[in-house]
Amino acid sequence: MKYAGRLAAVAVAGALSLVACGTDDNTPAGSSGTASASASAAGGLSGTINAAGSSAQANAIDEWKKGFQVANPEASINYQPSGSGAGIQAFIQGTVAFAGSDSALNEEKGEPEQADARCQTGKAINIPMVTGPVAVVYNLPGVDGLQLTPKVLAGIFNSKITTWDDAAIKADNPDAELPSTPIQAFHRSDESGTSDNFTKFLKATAESDWPHEPGKAWPADAKGQGAKGSDGIASSVKDTEGSISYVEMSYAENSGLQTAKVANGSGEFVELTADSAAKTVETAEVKGTGNDLKLSIDYNTKTPGAYPIVLVTYEITCEKGLPAEEVELVKSFLTYTASDEGQAALKDLGYAPLSGEMLTKVRTAIEAIS
Amino acid sequence: MMATETTTRGGGPATRRPASRRTYGEGLFRYVSTGAGITLLGIMAAIAVFLIAEAIPALQANKGSFFTDLIWDPNGSQVFGIGALAFGTVLSSMIAIFIATPIAVGVALFISHYAPRRLAGPLGYLIDLLAAVPSVVYGLWGLAFLVPVLREPSQWLNDTFGWFPLFAGEGAIGGKTMLAGGVVLAIMILPIIAAIAREIFLQVPKTNEEAALALGATRWEVIRMAVLPFGRPGVISAAMLGLGRAMGETIAVALIFPATFDITFRILTPHGNSIAANIANGFGEATPIGRGALIASGLVLFVITLLVNMAARMIINRRKEFSGADS
Repeated sequence: MKYAGRLAAVAVAGALSLVACGTDDNTPAGSSGTASASASAAGGLSGTINAAGSSAQANAIDEWKKGFQVANPEASINYQPSGSGAGIQAFIQGTVAFAGSDSALNEEKGEPEQADARCQTGKAINIPMVTGPVAVVYNLPGVDGLQLTPKVLAGIFNSKITTWDDAAIKADNPDAELPSTPIQAFHRSDESGTSDNFTKFLKATAESDWPHEPGKAWPADAKGQGAKGSDGIASSVKDTEGSISYVEMSYAENSGLQTAKVANGSGEFVELTADSAAKTVETAEVKGTGNDLKLSIDYNTKTPGAYPIVLVTYEITCEKGLPAEEVELVKSFLTYTASDEGQAALKDLGYAPLSGEMLTKVRTAIEAIS
Repeated sequence: MMATETTTRGGGPATRRPASRRTYGEGLFRYVSTGAGITLLGIMAAIAVFLIAEAIPALQANKGSFFTDLIWDPNGSQVFGIGALAFGTVLSSMIAIFIATPIAVGVALFISHYAPRRLAGPLGYLIDLLAAVPSVVYGLWGLAFLVPVLREPSQWLNDTFGWFPLFAGEGAIGGKTMLAGGVVLAIMILPIIAAIAREIFLQVPKTNEEAALALGATRWEVIRMAVLPFGRPGVISAAMLGLGRAMGETIAVALIFPATFDITFRILTPHGNSIAANIANGFGEATPIGRGALIASGLVLFVITLLVNMAARMIINRRKEFSGADS
């Protein structure tokens, strides 16, 4: 019974590897990590690169692969959405050309050194590429445009505010008719970068009401109910009157859920749109040096119209020191993803595009890959 | 061909050779089956050694108590405890068994003794078909259909029988509850129990049934006097098999349970978790310590299942004496 699924997975994996073999049959079989890129007569690039990492950007990569292959029909990108941690490990071990990750290389875990060692002559850089806004979704028929401050959000998700007509919620929503139904706060039961980001946001903006350490696993002390995966969150909120949760913007839109306005650092309640989220990323502080664009998101951003809960995912690769056959393909793929066309494609998928100065910095960093 | 050969070679070998071939076959078969047995033991031992070897470093790194802490955070603070998970596993499986066994026995009796033959075949086949549905489908069905449907009955149970500890609770009633998980598990284990019970009931010696009928028993009395006593050990072992299946079920309960870490008997409030569901939730992004911790929880599940099976064996052995199975 359970094995049917596994068999199917094996079959798909088998088919994928067959595809992978088929596309670079012009090169001798090498180790699975290496690949080749060479300019073909048609003008496009050819070859295969392997990449792995965050599932949060899997949809974006899928979309970019299609666009990239229109211009380079001979080239293929294999992206394994195996999770950020697994992606970084694969990058350090040299089995992938770049890793997608929900967080930059972590100094505490010693990842930058290991990644630099992998790059041999150069160093590893974090390039912010996909911005995933996190929506606060709820289910209260008749109450649209709920306004929530980080303090109230922390109270709700820490199971301290338990009914919808709580005075703290009323204070921010004087005109809404709030029912006395109990609040059912849902969180991700599996480990997730979305949880990580959301708890970081709560910690940064409402520390007195959110005593828990941020992390990918939901803090058990905060109670609440779990649901598996973003789709699990979306369906749970949809089915449960009086529920509230956080989920990637695309899921909120696709499921037609009510989305709350969240207050930013200046106390302005901002509706979530791709543009309002992009404003927060634009003003993020660059913590890395040179072309390493490790960002520090200011969850307390005071920029007018900036929506504060955003998840920035990175592409991690070598500035210099990638194997010669991979450099060209990685560079041209990332150039495409950072192009106006590449970023515009994100909007339809529920991501926010990069903009302004940040986009310029990203392009400069990609230009420097050699 | 063989026959012509033997006749040309004379009588001696013709009588000896089949004998020697038979012993050769006997020996070969004995080695093959012994080998299969040993291989199984070897695999079991290898799994056990692997699980224990992987679990020990994580258990040593645990900064809390593995048996009492109601939290699971091996990747961050490295505090994790099995209590809530083991409790949820046992409680949800118990609910499942409690619901599934009577229904399964009823279904089995209907097929074996009441249904017209034309109906019995297809019905049995249909029940077997239930076992072929992938468990993720049960999970999605439970989440999308059963959870909303159970909301009102749950509220009613709570309003009417709220004094009973299982149905107690205030605030949010219904939704992703132990009850919802238990019902889905019950449906999943129903075919196993029903199929085994059906086979057992069909094996009731006809003489027993006819003797009861001859004494003037009605059909219900026949079932009560001849069929059920004969089938009891089989039904118990079928239920235990279902229980093992329910405790090991992973993805369906991972989808339905709200993954809370507390111990409560309130099956109508949104609480619930299980060892297998926790493994499914946590395996994807686990650190090495986290993976070890999950494997340690798997060992606990292994031990619980072992205990349940041993208990079932004991019950069956004790019941056998007065079940009438030897007639």
